[in-house]
Amino acid sequence: MIYVVIGFLWLSICLYLIFGGSDFGAGIIELMTNKKDRAKIQGVMYESMAPVWEANHMWLIIAIVIMFVGFPVVYSTLSISLHIPFVLMLVGIIARGTAFTFLHYDAVEDRWQKLYTQIFYFSSLLTPFFLGVIAASTISHKLIAEEAPFPDKYIFSWLNWFGVSVGLFTISICAYLASIFALRETRNDHELAILVRKAKKVMVYVVISGALVFLNAYLEKIPLFTLVFSGAIGIVAILLATVALGVIFYCIKRRMLLPVRFLAGFQVVMILVAATYTNNTNIVFLSNGNHLSLLEHMAAPKTIEVLGWALVLGSIFILPFLFYLLYSFTKRSK
Amino acid sequence: MDDFLAARAQMALSLGFHIIFACVGMVMPFLMAFSHWKYLKTKDPVYKGLTKAWSKGVAILFATGAVSGTMLSFELGLLWPEFMKHAGPIFGMPFSLEGTAFFIEAIALGFFLYGWEKFNKWFHWFCGFLVGLSGLASGILVVAANSWMNSPSGFDYINGEYLNIDPIKALFNDAWLPQAFHMTVAAFCATGFAVAGVHAFYVLKNKNRVFHFKAFRIAAGFALIGAFGAPISGDIAAKSVAVRQPIKLAAMEAHFETEKGAAFVLGGIPDVEKEEVTHAIKVPKVLSFLAFNDFDAEVRGLKEFPKDEWPPVAVTHYAFQVMIFFGMVMMAIGAIYLYAHFFKKDWLTKRWFLRLFIVAIPFGYIALEAGWTVTEVGRQPWIIYGIMRTADAVTPMPGIQYSFYFFTAIFVSLALVILFLLKRQIKMVPKLYDPTDPLFEAKEKGGVA
Ligand code: HDD
Ligand code: HEM
Ligand code: HEM
Repeated sequence: MIYVVIGFLWLSICLYLIFGGSDFGAGIIELMTNKKDRAKIQGVMYESMAPVWEANHMWLIIAIVIMFVGFPVVYSTLSISLHIPFVLMLVGIIARGTAFTFLHYDAVEDRWQKLYTQIFYFSSLLTPFFLGVIAASTISHKLIAEEAPFPDKYIFSWLNWFGVSVGLFTISICAYLASIFALRETRNDHELAILVRKAKKVMVYVVISGALVFLNAYLEKIPLFTLVFSGAIGIVAILLATVALGVIFYCIKRRMLLPVRFLAGFQVVMILVAATYTNNTNIVFLSNGNHLSLLEHMAAPKTIEVLGWALVLGSIFILPFLFYLLYSFTKRSK
Repeated sequence: MDDFLAARAQMALSLGFHIIFACVGMVMPFLMAFSHWKYLKTKDPVYKGLTKAWSKGVAILFATGAVSGTMLSFELGLLWPEFMKHAGPIFGMPFSLEGTAFFIEAIALGFFLYGWEKFNKWFHWFCGFLVGLSGLASGILVVAANSWMNSPSGFDYINGEYLNIDPIKALFNDAWLPQAFHMTVAAFCATGFAVAGVHAFYVLKNKNRVFHFKAFRIAAGFALIGAFGAPISGDIAAKSVAVRQPIKLAAMEAHFETEKGAAFVLGGIPDVEKEEVTHAIKVPKVLSFLAFNDFDAEVRGLKEFPKDEWPPVAVTHYAFQVMIFFGMVMMAIGAIYLYAHFFKKDWLTKRWFLRLFIVAIPFGYIALEAGWTVTEVGRQPWIIYGIMRTADAVTPMPGIQYSFYFFTAIFVSLALVILFLLKRQIKMVPKLYDPTDPLFEAKEKGGVA
């Protein structure tokens, strides 16, 4: 059962990155678009996001609940040391959620919309950035579990160049996903062309920030390179992600826009696989050389049992419904 | 402000904020589904407009509920890591089930909002209804987590360790049924009165009168469930508290001496130093009856317990009084409404009658917040009753007060923005939602035509 639970944890993080991430990405793409095209892009982005908006963000909650029910020690250690980035990420989620709602459900249209829009853009950057920072801090061997001076324990455990570059990388990934996902909602060639240009530009950012991640990992002596490339799975995953990129551009040329979505999702999954498979269950590395393992720190067997069943039964209920929702609104848009 | 106090204040603020939207999310969809059902039956387009107007309200408040709920799930760990470390695996069960309920709610809402004219009309209606059902389910489930803190079960506490954990037993703890029942009814009460009052206001102002009057009638109907259900279910809750947490009952009643045939204390100023209440009206024997169904039963007083286990008596007592007072007032309003409905139809549109409902807009929410204060403050100093003290659960991180100021600022601004937005929704009723209004334009932005 424990592996079912871990599987769900991994899956929900992955799905949050894809769906939640593309959602944040939509804001970033709008931000990158010049005034002339913005209204069009906004329309397209809205079409691709609105009906599933609430559902996208549930994945994060699922992940958190799995953490505190199944792996309470890991959860409480992270919540103590990473209090500040968690709060900042939350601020992003709050501002983002509210601004989105107001932007789209506000019955009156006037200059208030401008303010919502500003908040919306700002928070679209904030959350993925800190998400990245948090992820980075778990593998950077800087988290301190014992007592320590305030700055060391609560600030420098996550604030470093490696964290920053992973944050930037996450932002780029989100923007990339959004630009790819939205392609299918475009209404004419002109819009498609704008978005394809965006997607290419964002691709460049992904590569640059990805390179920065490795550079900083090297400078801060974080064994990221070995983490990713020491086994066959990592190399294959990265290779597949790269091949998928080629296929994506081919499909765009041929106007096959549905597979493109799946391919982009696939790429993200592969990147996540590459980043997590060697450690598999040792998800948090501490400054004292120890690590927190999901297997060693799991909750009582009975709890895991029940949690596993709840997740399995829950997904039997939910997934068909969710797919039907996605499907109904995909069909509509053509 | 010290860190511990700041953490408690932040938790209370966040929950107090969230609960408002949670209750709306539990009840509003039913109002909406009811009006939708009326539309499908009568084909009266006013009901369709009303359904859409309410569904927009649901969407706005749902998003706020979701956002504040997301904050809560992080805050539990950020503020009380020690508590979550031990309690998570035991009381986490309802949260994981709640997750399922929320998910269904979110998906059903997606179908409902964007599904007009796209699906079979009864499937579409059912989606709206499902939003309500799953909202209700999640509320009932999450109360299980809270009731577990009041009445911990499903584990053995031996030498400071939590052994033989059984999350299913923890879910079915003794306090769950009474608390969940009372809470659900209270949600109907609070939301029903608030919505009815707002529409009564517009009827009074003679704006889109037919539209708002229909809305008023529906909302008031739902408010009735709460107005009469709250005292009944509250009595059940009180009886359960008397057995489980005698010290909480004693604090609610500012009841210092153990006595047989104990009096029910109305009002009064509890003095914890002198261990007495002054200026109170005492109704003889009623407390014994309310708590144990027996006018001569013994009710244990605070003095029987060590003083370091006393909850803040004054706060608990005042909060309890406030809840009861507003509960009684709302029951009276409910009775007047019923009387008018059956015998004096013309009262329904009288100015004084509508004014009554306008004044009552906040009453349900005041009682609701007061009730939670009774439950939570009355549990102090324990976070898990009898097992873990709140002071031992708090995060070691210093500087929580800044986090508290920060969150306060966020909540205050969120609240202002929401009020502003809802006001604008209502302002647009003539144009967007009331088909009988000359200003009405069928086309609307955002695809929700
Ligand atoms: C509209 C709201 C509302 C109204 C009118 C009432 N209550 Fe209430 N009460 C609540 C809203 C509420 C609540 C906010 O929903 C609480 C907090 C925790 C809970 O389960 O319900 C609550 C808790 C609560 C508790 C504590 C339960 C516990 O700690 O386990 C008691 C004893 C009562 N109530 C009793 C009453 C009585 C005797 C009422 C008679 C008028 C009453 N309530 C009206
Ligand atoms: C599942 C539901 C709930 C859980 C798990 C929960 C949990 C907690 C926790 C962990 C604390 C901090 C410790 C303490 O000071 O007691 C707390 C305090 C508090 N909560 Fe709850 N709570 C729940 C429901 C609510 C709701 C809905 C309210 C709403 C109004 C509320 C009001 C408060 C208040 C006022 C305090 C502060 C108590 C004090 O300062 O003495 N709680 N709760
Ligand atoms: C510690 C306490 C609590 C936590 C951690 C919590 C968590 C959450 C979360 C994560 C959401 C958002 C889910 C979504 O996106 O739909 C949410 C919403 C909601 N919560 Fe809570 N909650 C708590 C207390 C409560 C209580 C005490 C109630 C009710 C009695 C409640 C009822 C609801 C409801 C009905 C919603 C749906 C929002 C809506 O429909 O507007 N929650 N909660």
